[in-house]
Amino acid sequence: MEIMEIRIQVNGRERDVPAGTSVATLLRDLDLDGRTLVVELNRRIVRPPETESARLEAGDRVELVHFVGGG
Amino acid sequence: MAPLEIAGRTFASRLIVGTGKYPSPEIMLEAIRASGADMVTVAVRRVDIENPDRDDILRTLSPDEFSLLPNTAACYSAEEAIRAARLGRASGMSDWVKLEVIGDPDTLLPHTEELIEATRVLVAEGFVVLPYTNDDLITALRLEEAGAAAVMPLASPIGSGLGLLNPLNIRIIKSRLSVPVIVDAGVGTASDACATMEQGVDGILMNTAIAEAEDPVEMARAMRLAVEAGRRAWVAGRMPRREWAVPSSPLEGVPPPA
Repeated sequence: MEIMEIRIQVNGRERDVPAGTSVATLLRDLDLDGRTLVVELNRRIVRPPETESARLEAGDRVELVHFVGGG
Repeated sequence: MAPLEIAGRTFASRLIVGTGKYPSPEIMLEAIRASGADMVTVAVRRVDIENPDRDDILRTLSPDEFSLLPNTAACYSAEEAIRAARLGRASGMSDWVKLEVIGDPDTLLPHTEELIEATRVLVAEGFVVLPYTNDDLITALRLEEAGAAAVMPLASPIGSGLGLLNPLNIRIIKSRLSVPVIVDAGVGTASDACATMEQGVDGILMNTAIAEAEDPVEMARAMRLAVEAGRRAWVAGRMPRREWAVPSSPLEGVPPPA
């Protein structure tokens, strides 16, 4: 059976992921799991306990942010 | 010297430093340690997905060693700044925020209306809000009313290094506010920091003056000493200014001329 892919945006760049992918899976696929970062899905913050249950849908916009140097 | 106290938390140093624009992470860490600062500002930015270690400040700075103060730099509206503040807090490292709402890209002066609005919203959400503002008393009073834990007027524009352009306004703000006044932005060298602290303010926040010095570590040491010197001079209380000379040595007992 063919797995349907959906197109989402991660930090402004398009990315195809299997339908039903969770935020946690996306982070694992990007090798970003375990890092201190904050996930925003369609402008709503996804807290660490919610990353497994938060499922991605076509057109979703994901922002992954962390702390950098600043004044 | 009494410690700086903001929102019930005490800081040994009255100097808060930024973490941007350093020549390397190693020099940044050494400079920040030399500055003696307990609290450092950080910015919230997108992770570089191909190279997530790039720019990750936590690779260099340990939150066990320094209190992190996330900022909302580059935000031009209350809405954007509130979003940035929430992202910073969601890191789980701090519910404090250095609130910046910029009104103009060339001067980086604050958009005071949006700043006051963002302060009100974030205070209601339980943030400890430290807004960067201009050296205007009325705005400072409104920020205090809105619940700011400290008010942070500029000495001169961000990154300008022009020093304290309006000491009178800073003194007026300090004399009228109950919350701490931290001068944020514009200090260029040690004498600026010292002169700023001599106005009686509670602390200084700076970044570029250290990061862009030829030797950031040595400048950080100079700033630590200057902030302490200025504070001590303020506590000591300076002598009055006079228009005419007053001799320091007794006039009596001078051997008469031959």
